[in-house]
Amino acid sequence: MSFGDWITEVGNWIFLILALVTFVSALMVVRSQNVVRAVLYLVITLGGSAALFLMLGAEFVGWTVVLVYIGAVIILFLIGIMITKAPLTSTAELSQPISAKVPAALLTLLLFAVVTWAVYQSFGFDTLPFPDEATRTGDIGRSLFSTWIIPFETVSFVLLAALIGGISLARRDPTVVEERLGERR
Amino acid sequence: MTIIQFIILGAAMFAVGLYGVLTRRNAVLVLASVEVMLASVNINLVAFDTYLADSAYTGQIFALFVIALAAAEVGIGIAIVLMIFRNRHSADVDELDLMKY
Repeated sequence: MSFGDWITEVGNWIFLILALVTFVSALMVVRSQNVVRAVLYLVITLGGSAALFLMLGAEFVGWTVVLVYIGAVIILFLIGIMITKAPLTSTAELSQPISAKVPAALLTLLLFAVVTWAVYQSFGFDTLPFPDEATRTGDIGRSLFSTWIIPFETVSFVLLAALIGGISLARRDPTVVEERLGERR
Repeated sequence: MTIIQFIILGAAMFAVGLYGVLTRRNAVLVLASVEVMLASVNINLVAFDTYLADSAYTGQIFALFVIALAAAEVGIGIAIVLMIFRNRHSADVDELDLMKY
């Protein structure tokens, strides 16, 4: 597929806009000097990825990203920021000094170059047809509960373990609480 | 559309997330950078699902698994950060060097 063919497709323009928004806001997540803004840029990144999923016909995954990530995970992040009293104004303490940033940037650029080269070697410019219709959620459910039933159950155990772990981490040690009560008395 | 445009976007976002993990000092922002990396992996999974036209929708279902595990990871991660903050009054990853030497 030549570049002229590629750029005349309307869908690719939509892709370019969405990719630009997603990528720039991802950059802002790691660059912003304001904690709350960094997390709000994460909302735009995830919203852009959800829009790309809709473009690829993966409707259920797209709306799950909106519900789970933007609805729940971002709230957790904001609560974490509020409780850890992270500095809300711009300070230099949110990121490492420039002597650590330069090697990190070089390393990530190298990673990106290697991945891009490897992918170009294997796929070239293979076309990806626009999906005619969105994936039916019922089909995904049937596949999830037949082919992928054991991984699905494993994930439910992981969620249970995370639930128990979260509770046991968040509650105070009962002996410590009793000691403090004893001090007050 | 080509398959490579989605993979390059995923690789670029993964690199950005890795840069954030390496350079951020606040533990909550390190977790946010990990979320960027997971989102880039999801883009790859869904793009390959459409590319291969798999009848079992393997890519989309693994994207759903990644989302569920990411939610669990953030819950535990924030709980650990809060515990560290409660004990040491700091969420700076550079100060957590007790097990370093």
